[in-house]
Amino acid sequence: MPQVEYKGKVFDVDEDGFIDSFDKWCPEWVDYVKESEGIQELTEEHWKVIHVLQDYYKKHGIAPMVRILTKVTGFKLKYIYELFPSGPGKGACKMAGLPKPTGCV
Amino acid sequence: MALKHKTPMLEELEKGPWPSFVADIRRMAARKPMCEDLLGLLELSYEQKEGHWKHGGIVGVFGYGGGVIGRYCDRPDLFPNVAHFHTLRVNQPASKFYSTEQLRKICDMWEEKGSGLTNMHGSTGDMVLLGTTTDQLEPVFYHLTHELGMDLGGSGSNLRTPSCCIGKARCEWSCLDTQEITYDLTMTYQDELHRPMFPYKFKFKTSGCPNDCVAAIARADCSIIGTWRDKIRIDQEAVRAYAAGELVPNGGSHGTAKRALDIQKEVVDLCPTGCMEWDGKTLKIWDEDCTRCMHCINVMPRALRPGQDTGATILFGAKAPILEGAQLSSVVIPFMKMEPPYDEFKELIEKVWDWWMENGKNRERLGELIQRFGMKAFLEAIEVQPDPRMIKTPRYNPYIFYDPADVPGGWEHDPKAFRERHHA
Repeated sequence: MPQVEYKGKVFDVDEDGFIDSFDKWCPEWVDYVKESEGIQELTEEHWKVIHVLQDYYKKHGIAPMVRILTKVTGFKLKYIYELFPSGPGKGACKMAGLPKPTGCV
Repeated sequence: MALKHKTPMLEELEKGPWPSFVADIRRMAARKPMCEDLLGLLELSYEQKEGHWKHGGIVGVFGYGGGVIGRYCDRPDLFPNVAHFHTLRVNQPASKFYSTEQLRKICDMWEEKGSGLTNMHGSTGDMVLLGTTTDQLEPVFYHLTHELGMDLGGSGSNLRTPSCCIGKARCEWSCLDTQEITYDLTMTYQDELHRPMFPYKFKFKTSGCPNDCVAAIARADCSIIGTWRDKIRIDQEAVRAYAAGELVPNGGSHGTAKRALDIQKEVVDLCPTGCMEWDGKTLKIWDEDCTRCMHCINVMPRALRPGQDTGATILFGAKAPILEGAQLSSVVIPFMKMEPPYDEFKELIEKVWDWWMENGKNRERLGELIQRFGMKAFLEAIEVQPDPRMIKTPRYNPYIFYDPADVPGGWEHDPKAFRERHHA
């Protein structure tokens, strides 16, 4: 598994750029990934989405369905794409350190 | 040309009369190392009887949540040129009519930016561009949208690319402008197609008549199937010409030699409702008993035609076996006129989506939600009245739920009053 180093931290990532373990997540990771996900500056709203995903994952062990994410954050799906251009799965989940989405994608 | 990998098993598949995918890929391998490694990898899979693609893959283009299927080879040490082998789904024109000019442009782009290999087409309908690397995804997307006027198709938990039969473009039976419906739905629901928002995937397919050449009833969560509600149009002269052997039955599908059609045996006796009569001169159809199965029309296309008051039957719920078993779509709207801008249909669809998005579990197809909640709950949610045409037979078990509002006295029950009448 390839490793990346950023601001003194080392991350193991897969081909799609997801980290291998949620426990390795730290704020530096978000800073490192943002550019490859088409994000210039992180706003409070970005962080809100990231925190909602992380809280849900810690509690339920899975990522929330899109409908739950939009309900809890109050952001419409279109706005989530404005925040995270590659969308809630590839963009936000990757930055939040959640495992890679699976299934028929 | 000689490949750098040995492929003895694949070479067996260059023999025989059917067009060989191996020979085709090999021809491309002369120019594209990706194709060469693909054949090598496939040979390895033939040897070991195991796939050599890693699990999953999440790649895409900015702004969309689907359209690209990521794939990575699990032996990049042996086959470095297919280390990345992502697939792009490209939304095809309805019924897949193309100009060579457009196809040449697509091919030129794909030979430059991808493997040069395609699937024409994926079973949902998309033009499938097979095999490229992550860094080429945005350039391919830019080229598709800016130079070719094409967009990606759907993938993930969203509306997948709608598709249809050839419809009125080249079929005298089509009761619907299937291509226009498909194009309209595709354009209206771009957002639902590109940005996954559903519990799971959802597909539309439109067939012009019950022959269902796009298999809508089996392969779409919402199947739109053309039909009519007036009379089958009969040309008695042409019927007699079939009986006399002047016209070849079934358009020659069972042999083009001239032969007299035995209308009694091959048409009347095979009619599923027995609503036809042939006295040797005149064919009669009791249309009120006709279920519009298409058999007589299929046998005598020059003599019989669908009616002119056309529309669609709308069915919901088809899916493959996972998880709860395979389903064909069930009739929900026996007849609906289908004319632009299709407002009645779209209102219905949006009610269906609202209900499914609200109640569907993660990865639960519409057909499974209908099964879990019941057809009654589904009909109530989409505000459709039950109709005998929606069922094949009534239920044979007596586990019947009633709404307490429909039962005198409701569910409130006084046990003391009961005991006064019935001593313990």
